[in-house]
This record gives sequence, structure tokens and C-alpha cells, in this order.
Amino acid sequence: MAPVHARTADRYGVTTPSSRWFPYAMTAAVAVLVWWSARGTEVDLAMLLRDGPRAILSYTTRLFPPDLSSGFLANTAVGTLETLAISIMGSLLSMLVAFAVVFFASANLMYTGVLFEREQLGPAGRGLRVSVYLLAKGLLNILRSIPEIVWATVFVFAVGLGPFPGVLALGVHNGGVLGKLFGEVLENVDRRPIEALQTTGASRFQILIYGILPQALPHFLSYSLYRWEVNIRAAAILGLVGAGGLGQRIHIAVSLFLENQLLTLLVAIYIVVTLVDYLSAYLRSLL
Amino acid sequence: MYRLENIRKVFNGDLVAVDHVSLKITPGEQVAIIGPSGAGKTTLFRLLNLTLRPDGGVLWLGNSDVGELRGRALRATRRRIGTIYQQHNLVPRLPVVHNVLAGRLGAWSGWRAVWSLFRPQDLHSAYAALSQVGIPEKLYARTDELSGGQQQRVAIARVLVQNPEVILADEPVASVDPNLAHSIVKLLVEISQTSGMTLVMNLHSVELALTYFPRVIGFREGRIQFDRPPAELNDDLLSRLYAGMSRSEAQEAGIDADYEAPFTSSCGPLLPGK
Amino acid sequence: MAQVDLGALLDERALGNFVKFFAGAFPPDLSPDFLGFLVKPTIETIQISILGTAIAVAIGFPLGLLGTATLAFRGILHGREIAGAPSRRLVRFLPYAASRALLSLFRSIPEFVWALMFVKGVGLGPFPGVLAIGVAYGGMIGKIYSEILEAVDPQPLEALQATGASRWQIVLYGFLPQAYPNFVSYTLYRWECAIRASAVLGLVGAGGLGQEIEISMRMFDFHQVFTLVIILFALVAGVDWLSARIRQRVFAR
Repeated sequence: MAPVHARTADRYGVTTPSSRWFPYAMTAAVAVLVWWSARGTEVDLAMLLRDGPRAILSYTTRLFPPDLSSGFLANTAVGTLETLAISIMGSLLSMLVAFAVVFFASANLMYTGVLFEREQLGPAGRGLRVSVYLLAKGLLNILRSIPEIVWATVFVFAVGLGPFPGVLALGVHNGGVLGKLFGEVLENVDRRPIEALQTTGASRFQILIYGILPQALPHFLSYSLYRWEVNIRAAAILGLVGAGGLGQRIHIAVSLFLENQLLTLLVAIYIVVTLVDYLSAYLRSLL
Repeated sequence: MYRLENIRKVFNGDLVAVDHVSLKITPGEQVAIIGPSGAGKTTLFRLLNLTLRPDGGVLWLGNSDVGELRGRALRATRRRIGTIYQQHNLVPRLPVVHNVLAGRLGAWSGWRAVWSLFRPQDLHSAYAALSQVGIPEKLYARTDELSGGQQQRVAIARVLVQNPEVILADEPVASVDPNLAHSIVKLLVEISQTSGMTLVMNLHSVELALTYFPRVIGFREGRIQFDRPPAELNDDLLSRLYAGMSRSEAQEAGIDADYEAPFTSSCGPLLPGK
Repeated sequence: MAQVDLGALLDERALGNFVKFFAGAFPPDLSPDFLGFLVKPTIETIQISILGTAIAVAIGFPLGLLGTATLAFRGILHGREIAGAPSRRLVRFLPYAASRALLSLFRSIPEFVWALMFVKGVGLGPFPGVLAIGVAYGGMIGKIYSEILEAVDPQPLEALQATGASRWQIVLYGFLPQAYPNFVSYTLYRWECAIRASAVLGLVGAGGLGQEIEISMRMFDFHQVFTLVIILFALVAGVDWLSARIRQRVFAR
């Protein structure tokens, strides 16, 4: 019979594992946090439920009918294409950035794991590699922690207005994000083919090409396509800081209370985002 | 208990899994069904536990025709049948106590089911059932931490809590160590004998069937080949049942597949073989 | 179309601007006055992210449940029951299609645009930020939750059904416990994104650090901007760490 703790055993003498209380504790903590947040952000739930539906309805009716004048439609089309282009170029750039950095930011490629078990690096070599690793990881963290908007502002400052700073901002920020995701892929590759290759006497670089990359590339592509879905939304709004695309036009429409134009632009965003979502899902299913 | 009259089940329009099967099982009996893989044993099993609807024939459980049941009536009838699958009976992340008490779900209202997740209802019956299968100390353990044999015991405990009239088991020990297999089959047969529940078990291993069951049915290609007590079975019948199996399948089932019996087209009171 | 001009990136002027920018930002403004002043916006940003995520779950979970095919009209819950009557299938299908469409709408419009609209609707401050995150992320959470539910192992569900459990009981004892770890994981991931989003939404006046960033940028005080970015970085790192710990607990063993 298992030892009995007076506090946690029930009348049958069966002890309850402590992890049983964890979900309840967690739920309580979350509830407290949510209540605290509601107080802090001055969210008046009563007012929200009372006036909310009416406000939503009145605003929605103001949006109709959409502005379908040919001039504005042409403008919207240009903006849409620009946004699409920004997202594609930004995605490509981010893939390049991530690909370049991630190999230095993976512990199992730099200084530990299967590739390094037999040949021990000297302390100097190891120290050097670890520092490179830390630098690379740090770089990726910085790139992805700073929101695209902030990057966009920096680049607008550096190279001027237009879609180009948008591309750079997306490329840099998502380079960090993809770098982290790629890194996780690399760290989770199946060990066994790597070990097998190692026994044939292949060099570390060859093992990378023959063993690690074939496993990793489909995941890289999959994550990149998934990020494209995120990018298209980001590209749409970078325009707010002057980086072109639909964002710029939306800002104008909202500021000048041109709700009819806003509706047209919203439809445009909805179409382009849904399009990219479907394309991305389709391409990923081919992988 | 069960009466099948000309039961038929067809998949995709042309794959006949169960072909004009007629069968009677009396309350409290223990019946083993053996046969090669793909013979339709599992389809028959799922017809008996009301997961599938027959495409032809009549299926009686007790005094009711259960072939076309729906909704509440279906749910109520399912309560009378306890089911044990080969694997994956249980919800992995739930603690054992909830998986066992799931046997009561047919009797509980929705709200009671929710409340039980926080404060297990009928705790004593869960504990008693787990004691009967030999692992009472696992009451609050997480189900996916148990071994395969232990998980099957939990599934049996759930059936005990459900307290049905019939226990149906589909190859319950096929994924379990051979030593454990004997104890689990023996446990189920004993439960059936002491409680009066009817027991119908699909078995992969002929040896287990012959050792523990007073009635053995051979099933092949959707039809019953024979239906006899073990004493009346011989190698000839068994080999013909498994004829055409691969060597390894035969070894697993525990029969000598090299024996080639002379084929006869009539077999007396049984349904024709081929 | 995107006017990608690598040459422009590397030319003298751009580099010069870069240097000016970073020189102007360094060193970060670490004066105690400023830091003390920033406590409130930082807390506000955290609060916006938490409440926004909570609202997103409140919106996404029910709509996600409705929008799951294997709950609405397919799979184990309906296998023996499909009457074949077209009208019954339609009754099941409509809420499914409607919730999917609604979720799609919510998540296709970037949270920024939602924020702009809400700011116009309810005024400046953290409230529109909360609503924007709630709606936009609600759409994402709903979609992912229904994908998780559809990927659940059907075998234990069949076993539950065989005991005579009702549909709701099968959902409660079979679907949800299996989906729970992935629910938690994705919600934590959304919270990480929410922290970044709440900071950024401030740029359009939705409170928190973002609003301070906008103000500092407007005043061209890049030292302050640098400080704000560092704080943001620390926040994201903190949330990252916390959610990794929680994930460990939930997926333990």
C-alpha cells in the first residue's frame, strides 16, 4: 500500500499527485490577472455590453455603400498590388536573413550534440564557437523583438518614404522570427541519420548538406509560407508610417472620416489576405 | 441475449464484411470468436455494440430489435453493452478515475458529468472496480502513464462501473504481453461467470479461446465456419479456418498452418465454407 | 513594384541617416524621472495584452467549437445518426458556415485597422487596443482551435460513445481533454504576439508603450525611443520565458 499523507489522501488511502492542483491554481491566477487588467485598462464591461451592439450597428451602416468610383478603385488596386509586392519581397528577404544566420544560432551545429561528441574542441575553439552562437542568437532576438512598425520607421528615416522601407522592415523582423523557428527545426532533427552519416567519415559540412538540410528544408518552407500569411497583414499596415500600400490609404480614409472609402479598402484587404491564406495553405499541402 | 438473423454488412457498395450471419447467444454465456484478420470479426463486433447499422437482417438484443435505433433509445441501449477495444479505449490525458467513471456517462446528465470532472461522483464504485482488476492505487494517476496491460485493466474497470448486461471485447489482449494476456482473459471470463454478464470476445490467439471459453465460433470471410465447444474442435477445422494465411499470422494465432486438410464442400450443420 | 532599390540602401546618404539615427538614440535615456514615468504605460501594455487575449479566447472558443466540422455534422458524433434528410444537415451546417465566415472576417482585417476603427468609435486610450486585439486574435484562435479539435484521436471517442455517452459528454470527456494542451500552447503563443501588438497599437493612440513611442518619436527624442524599445524587448523576453515554463508544466511527462 502506498504511503499515506494525511493531507492529500482520500478515505481509500490513495494519494493525489500534486499536479492535480495545478490546473485549478492556474485558472485562479488567470482569473485574477484578467480582472486586474480590466481594472487597469478602464474597461467598463457594463457599458460595453449596453452600448456596444448599438455603436457597432451604427458604425457598420455608415460604412455602406462602398466607394466604387473608378478613380478610387484604381487607387485601391494599386495599393493592393503594392501591399502584395511588399509582402512577397519582404518574405524573400526574411528567408535569406534567417538562412544566413540560423546555422550559427543552433547549438547542435555549433558546439554540442551528435556532431561534437567524439571530437572534443579545445577550450579556445569552444569558447569562440559559443560566443558566435550567443551573438547570433542575440541578433535574432533583437530582430524579432522590435515590432515591424518600429523597424519601418527606422528605415523610412534612413531611405525615405515608399514601399522599400516596408520591404526592409518585414525582411529584418521576420528574419528574426524565421531564424528562431528554423533554429527549432534544426535542433529537432532526427539524430539517427546524422549518426549514420558520421560513421561513413563524412565531414561536418557534408553531414549538414546530406543529413540535416534534407530533413529541415520542407519545414523551413512551410514556416516561411506560414509567415507570409502574417506578412501580408503587416504589409497592409506598414503604410501607416509611410511605407506604402493599403495602410497609407486606410489611414487617410479613417482620419478624414471617409467611411465609404474605408469599406472599399477593407474589402480589398480581406480579399488579398484571404487569397494569400489560401495560396499558402495550398503550397504547404504540396510539401 | 443476442439473436442475429441473416445479418449483413456491406462497405462501399461491394465489400461484404458480414455475409448472412445468423447466431444466438444466451444470457450469461461466454463466447469466443476466432478467425484470420480481415475476416470481418471486428465488423461483427461493431454491429453488436451498435456502432454500425446492419444493411440487412434483424439484430435482436434481449427482446428488442436494435438495428434501427436512434437518439435517446440508442444511447439507452448502448448503456446495456460494455465495450473493450484492443487499444485506445481511454482518453490519455484524463486521470484514471475519470476514465473509469466514464462508464457512468450513460446514466448521468450533462451537468453531473461536468461536475464529476471537478469532484468525482460515485468514487466508491470506481475504487471498487479498480480493486477488482487489481490496481486500486492508480486511482488518480494520469492514464497515459500506465502500461498497456494496466490500461486494459482500467478499460475493464470502466465496464464494471457501467454494469452492463453484455461485455463485448475486440481482441483485448492482442497488444499485451503473452503472460498478462492470460490473466486479463481469465479476469473477464471470471467476471462474466460471477456477475452473469454475457461475454463475447474476439480473439487472435486460438490457445486463449480454447483454454477459457466453453463456446468457440470460427469466423472467416464474413461467415461463421463453425460454432462448437472446444472439445469438439480439431486441427482440421482450425487449419481450414486459417487456410491461406501467411506463415507469421498462423504462428501468432498459435496454429500449425502447414497442415493442409483435404477440402470438402459440405460440412454438416454449419454454413458452407466457401 | 516594391521599388526595391538595394543601391539606395547602401549609398552614402542612407548609411549616414542610419548612423545619425543610432547615434541620436545612444545612449538610452535612463533618467529616473523618465523611467518612473514609464511604469504606468508598461503595466498598461501588459494589461492590454492579457485582457485582449482573454477576450480573444472568449470570442474564439465558442465560435471555434461551432466551426469544427467533426462536431457540427461529420465524424463520430454523427456517424450512425445522419438521417440523410437534407433539412437536418442544413440546420447543422448553417451555424458552422456562419461562424467560420465570421472568424475569417475577424482575422483577415489586421488588428491595426480594427484599432483605428475602435479609436474612432470609443476614443483614445487602452480600451480600443483591447478590443482590437480581442477581435483580431479571436478570429485566429477560433480557427486554430477548430483545427486542433478536428485532429483529435477518434478511437477513445468511439469507446466513449459505446458506453452510451451523449454527444455533449463525448465532447467533454473525449474531445476537450485531448485538445487542452494544444489549446494552452497556442493561447500562450497568441499572448506573446499580443504583447508586441499592444505596444504597437499604441502608435495609433491605443495606450501603453506604443503611445509613448509615438510621442517620443514626434519629439525626435531618440534617446527615449531607445529606452522604450529596450523595455519592449525585455517585456517580450519575459513573456517568452514565462510561457515556456507554463508549457513545460502543461506538457509534463
